[in-house]
Amino acid sequence: MSKNDWKTVPQIASSEITPESVWLNRRNLMKAAAVGAGITAVGETIAQPKALKDLNFTTATDDTPFKATEDLTPYEAATTYNNFYEFGTDKSDPARYAGAMTTDPWEIKVGGMVNKPGKLHLEDVLSGFDLEERIYRFRCVEAWSMVVPWIGFPLSKLLDRFEPKAEGKFIEFKTLYRRSEMRGTRSFTSIIDWPYREGLRIDEAMNPLTLMTVGLYGKTLPNQSGAPLRLIVPWKYGFKNIKSIVEINVTDRQPKTSWQDLAPQEYGFYANVNPEVSHPRWSQAWERRLPSSLFNPNRVRTKMFNGYAEQVADLYKGMDLARFY
Amino acid sequence: MPGSIDVNVGNESALDGNARADRASSQASNSVAKPSLRWNPTIRVAVFVACLLPLMILVRAVATNSLGPDPAEHLMHVTGEWVMRFLVLVLLATPLAHNGWPRLARYRRMLGLYVWFYATLHLLVFAQVYIGWSGEQLVEELAERPYVLVGFLAWLILVPLGITSAHTIRRKMGRHWRQLHKLTYAVAVLGWLHLLWLSRSDVGDAVVYGTLFGVLLVCRLPLPKPKVRL
Repeated sequence: MSKNDWKTVPQIASSEITPESVWLNRRNLMKAAAVGAGITAVGETIAQPKALKDLNFTTATDDTPFKATEDLTPYEAATTYNNFYEFGTDKSDPARYAGAMTTDPWEIKVGGMVNKPGKLHLEDVLSGFDLEERIYRFRCVEAWSMVVPWIGFPLSKLLDRFEPKAEGKFIEFKTLYRRSEMRGTRSFTSIIDWPYREGLRIDEAMNPLTLMTVGLYGKTLPNQSGAPLRLIVPWKYGFKNIKSIVEINVTDRQPKTSWQDLAPQEYGFYANVNPEVSHPRWSQAWERRLPSSLFNPNRVRTKMFNGYAEQVADLYKGMDLARFY
Repeated sequence: MPGSIDVNVGNESALDGNARADRASSQASNSVAKPSLRWNPTIRVAVFVACLLPLMILVRAVATNSLGPDPAEHLMHVTGEWVMRFLVLVLLATPLAHNGWPRLARYRRMLGLYVWFYATLHLLVFAQVYIGWSGEQLVEELAERPYVLVGFLAWLILVPLGITSAHTIRRKMGRHWRQLHKLTYAVAVLGWLHLLWLSRSDVGDAVVYGTLFGVLLVCRLPLPKPKVRL
């Protein structure tokens, strides 16, 4: 797929869209070229193409919040324009370097204030839950947005298995931290205290919109999108949607999250999409719905809670959202 | 006073002054070869085209849609960077001429106009991709975000500087022209503030340009008149 193909695709069932095979082909060509040139020894600088598996899932019903009606962001754009600082700060870094991350075997430790602490393996995740496709709007704090067909299952179903205790009020998540496979974490100028951490209040975690995500566009997640397991909370800014999760803890106090730690005046714990509350350096009232271009910036108004107010506004009743941003 | 350095030249404004720079350099180098100081049209055209290269590269990238799914940030960043680079060149021209290298000063007017040109592009991209040509949003941005305000002020200052760089206007303005064009220093300071205030986690660029502007502005401060004549 050439870069000219960043056109908005019409609203059609994502199962009819197969750009991923094209993408894989290209990757294979690149790999073949690399082998031909005898430069495979450079290892992680060449993202190893990973065979993405087809997933079995049910599609969401029309006219539900689980199925956004906006045009989907093309696969190419959604998987080459990412923030995943473990692999570098440039938007193209994750697609280029995340291939170095080993995602199989994978283990997720679930603990803290639960009755049955334990571990989940990747196989348990992929076969132990009924997978659903959810088409959600995705709004980055940097004022760009996408519309993505994710595949996953409600986080509440995962938490139920470990039986959170009544005193558990928050959920804490951690991303894999493996320096040898994550070049961004080895950077001298990186100021993030790895591993990446995120958190939710337990009622947010239990909301039916909150998705433990294992795939997009019908297949397992590519590494740059947070393989093999990530969080999607569609009414919050993108950085809440922690990637490549290895640890989930139920706690009784609000977890420290990475961006809040780094710049508390810019990034709050809640990070709910809110057009009324500006980031200190840019407005959040509008967003660029990608793909965007110079002559068609595709600016759309940002909606309260990213358009999911009907489902989640109650969670924040009585809270000053300018203070708890 | 052949061969002496005219200290006043050190306070000369930035956007023009080829003749003055030429004089300073010819005096500094004790040169008598006047023809070498004439404009060389070929070189002039080459410099003009070279200064347009950043724009041509951007136009090509936009035309081939190769800036990725979100070109806004890249376009803003690149146009803004070139404003700062041309500002450094403009401010460098006179000090270099004083120290025996007059070539850059001959293009100071052109470089100054390129500062204005890339700043205008920067503003146009902002209007197109960030505020969608909405006056209401421009007012909001100016009121709420100081870095937008100082950037906009810098552009406003560039407008009269650009217009008065025409030779005929300059001649008519006489000594007022130099007074007015000292505002170039204000543009540099505002441009630097703009850069500093929009830095996210990395202030590297702000430090680099702060150092460059700092040196180039401090070296213009009036020094005690040198006792020793060259």
